Amino acid sequence: MPEHTFRVNGEQVTVDVADDVRLLWVLRDILGITGPKYGCGINVCKACTSHLNSTAVNPCAIPVSDLEPTDEVTTIEGLPATVGQELHPMQQAWLDHDVAQCGYCQPGQIMAAVALVRRIAAEGRAITDADLDGLRNICRCGTYFRIREAIKAGARNM
Amino acid sequence: MTGTNGERVGRRRFLGYVLAAPTLVTAAEFGLAPVAASAPAPASGAQLPSPDITDVIDLNDMMTLAALPTSGLISVEVNQDGTVSFALPRAEVGQGITTSTAMLIAEELSVPLDRVRVTLADARLELVFNQLTGGSNTTFATYTPIRVAAAIARRRLLDAAATELGSAVTDLTLDTGVITDRSGRSVDIGALAEKAASTRNQQVPVELTARANFTVIGKPHNRIDALAAVTGRKKFAMDLDVPDAKPTMVCRAPTINGTVRSVANLGEVRAMPGVTDVVVISTGVAVRAETFGQCVDGVRALRVTWKPGTAEGKSDDIVLRELERAELPLGLPSPMPTVEAKFTFFFRGNSALEPNCAVADVRADRAEIWSSLKSPIVAKQTLAAKLGLPPSRVTVHVVEGGGSFGRKLFFDAALEAAEVSQKVGRPVKLMWHRADDSRQGRTHPMATSRVRASYLGDTVLGYHQRHTSVATDLGHGLGEIITATAAQLPVGDIGFSETFFQLSQTMSYNFGISTRLLSETDKGFNTGSMRNVYSPDVTCARELIVDQLAARMGKNPYRFRRDFLRDERSRAVLDKVAEVGQWGRAMPAGTAQGIAFHAEYKAVSAALIEIDCRPETVNRPIRDGVTGPRVTKVVFAVDVGLAVNPRGLEAQMMGCISDGIALALTSSLHLRDGYFLEASWDNYFYTRQWNTPPDLQIIVMPSTSENPGGAGELGVAASMAAVACAYGRATGTMPTSFPINHGTLSFTPKPTVPPIPPSPTDGLEHAR
Repeated sequence: MPEHTFRVNGEQVTVDVADDVRLLWVLRDILGITGPKYGCGINVCKACTSHLNSTAVNPCAIPVSDLEPTDEVTTIEGLPATVGQELHPMQQAWLDHDVAQCGYCQPGQIMAAVALVRRIAAEGRAITDADLDGLRNICRCGTYFRIREAIKAGARNM
Repeated sequence: MTGTNGERVGRRRFLGYVLAAPTLVTAAEFGLAPVAASAPAPASGAQLPSPDITDVIDLNDMMTLAALPTSGLISVEVNQDGTVSFALPRAEVGQGITTSTAMLIAEELSVPLDRVRVTLADARLELVFNQLTGGSNTTFATYTPIRVAAAIARRRLLDAAATELGSAVTDLTLDTGVITDRSGRSVDIGALAEKAASTRNQQVPVELTARANFTVIGKPHNRIDALAAVTGRKKFAMDLDVPDAKPTMVCRAPTINGTVRSVANLGEVRAMPGVTDVVVISTGVAVRAETFGQCVDGVRALRVTWKPGTAEGKSDDIVLRELERAELPLGLPSPMPTVEAKFTFFFRGNSALEPNCAVADVRADRAEIWSSLKSPIVAKQTLAAKLGLPPSRVTVHVVEGGGSFGRKLFFDAALEAAEVSQKVGRPVKLMWHRADDSRQGRTHPMATSRVRASYLGDTVLGYHQRHTSVATDLGHGLGEIITATAAQLPVGDIGFSETFFQLSQTMSYNFGISTRLLSETDKGFNTGSMRNVYSPDVTCARELIVDQLAARMGKNPYRFRRDFLRDERSRAVLDKVAEVGQWGRAMPAGTAQGIAFHAEYKAVSAALIEIDCRPETVNRPIRDGVTGPRVTKVVFAVDVGLAVNPRGLEAQMMGCISDGIALALTSSLHLRDGYFLEASWDNYFYTRQWNTPPDLQIIVMPSTSENPGGAGELGVAASMAAVACAYGRATGTMPTSFPINHGTLSFTPKPTVPPIPPSPTDGLEHAR
């Protein structure tokens, strides 16, 4: 079987798996990294949202063969290390607003929020309600309002 | 103060146990919750009272009564490291009961919350009816027994400390897990855990902390699992590392509950990369592989011939005609003026974000199952029967769940996982694809509600509601509770669906003679008790009629409700939302306020909603989403009697509001030719960020009771009804079909063969 080498949460990994296996299953079923969740498998629910070279991606839609050895995949588990802290400011905002209910979607929500804030900051403007409306991550517990509040707070500390 | 086991022996005195154990273990019997329902308040003003069975007994009382004869104890254990352990015989699925349970223990035991370890108990057959998570009953039923066990532990620790420190118990204080005497000497409870233990079981009387002295209960607290949730460390069933439990998915029929006739290419699929096993099971063809991605590929490659399902050829319009035929009469027409309408509620999905899933390791002589289960005892019994094993050889672990909304009352995935594991002789980690969950999973049944209200002048003379529904499957244990207790209730000889209906509904207004009846038809669908069960539909219909009555009497909807509500507690929540939400404020054309009330689970709630139905809002562009009218503001007031964790209660109400918005405006399943068209979260339009109210306030009313009511489902009904009422006022037309957008299909249905869509390959193109 082909070998695939890339970086996950700061470490180089090599996996022996078919080219077309999607990154989500490489992370969860082979590497045992379970923060990214399955919610639909077709890049709709966004529960698996992670970062690839600092932008938000959905590993359920990325064949592992698309990755290069220098590509850096960051899952929720690796997010704090990107800022050299115990918790990323967005995770702290999530705690401060007690956002999670069941918690299943929240790793994906946080990863999407961080990428959104970075993108808006790069555009040199403040987050608007329209930006928040554009987030597609499903939360079936309906924590959306707290997510909005936490993103605004987390953005202030990023 | 005399009493038998676990009996209440005084105003706040109860009996519990110290159990023989190496470390301190204290216990109480389940079923200690007070049972007396409050008497109906006197009728206000000149309105005609509507006596109601739920004044005497409601569903919570019945579930609590059902627990009384059980002998199972729940126990609190003090560990030598100073932590306190408790195995909760309920399922945590997001509703926050591990946190509220830890708060009860922290209160009575005077330990910091972070020293309390709450886990979920394995299925315990001896608890009989008392391990079912449903009916918003958990806090109501566990509030007293958990505190009794913790209070006994506190007393034992103080006794042990008195010996240790050579002080009188009355000279000791227990604070944040440390016992201190008057001279300042102290000892941690962990150091006393062994000394306070007992070599024999003893019955002990104990007094509980008075409400006025609470320092933990009633104060807002963040979830105890919040850090695990935001760091990805929280483990759900599919995150468990069970040796050799490999990913497994099932190829399902193109129509609801279709079964396998034959498979043309079993060998070919078995030879696919990563695939380890392919077997025919009762619900389809299971594929076990090294990764779930390879299961998806295997499922899609299978060529299966199917037998028909249980809803073959049926579509929405056929089921609507079935419902019409099952309708019960509303009675003779009234000679007085009447308001009358019929409302339709289409099928809705109760999928959680975590799909149906379970891990199973079935061997020749034993089985072990891991799943998020709200009825683990019935699951265990059913699994044992299916596997041909004695129940004592089947271990059922209850795993924290990624949402439920009624779905996890059923154990469909656990049954499948066990069947597959038994057939392949190896452990499996079985998960439904989202498309399976949407098309073959449980639904809220399609229903109609017909209402007739008669009035004269300023008096409502009568209110009659006939709810007709596709049958709700209650075969998960709640049904057994109802069967077991229904004979003792003053409801006559009726089935348990009707009993459930009668006991969960109440007439909150002085509307004279009031009747409500449920009629069910067609058991061909996979239905379930979706969050708040009958209440969202029944209440939505009623509150819309209330607005019509108000209009006939020339009153505004708030004033009318206020005049007819039956008690002060109900009026207080209504007044609160009217005041905070500035009821009656001037708003532009095409926008409006709506107000609604709902009482259940010994709680009362009111919602004030503002909605924007102007074309520029309704037609705002969102890719692959339903926009429609936007709820721009929500004010929600709730009185659950005693709120153990007001922050958790707020969270529950927020979720209920999201559900209510979806039920009124956007979310439904479309039945065509024996299957549901929806196969994705971009087909089934649950509330998304673009539907979320930008302004939302939840008000937890001051405690009005010594005891907590239910909360997990409470807010859905008033939210849905208030959205519907606001929509009616904004558009000038009362909506009668829900969700309001059901008539427009807003997506292209995915194929049914293969039953699940391909995994996309273009993820990198969508990086942002």
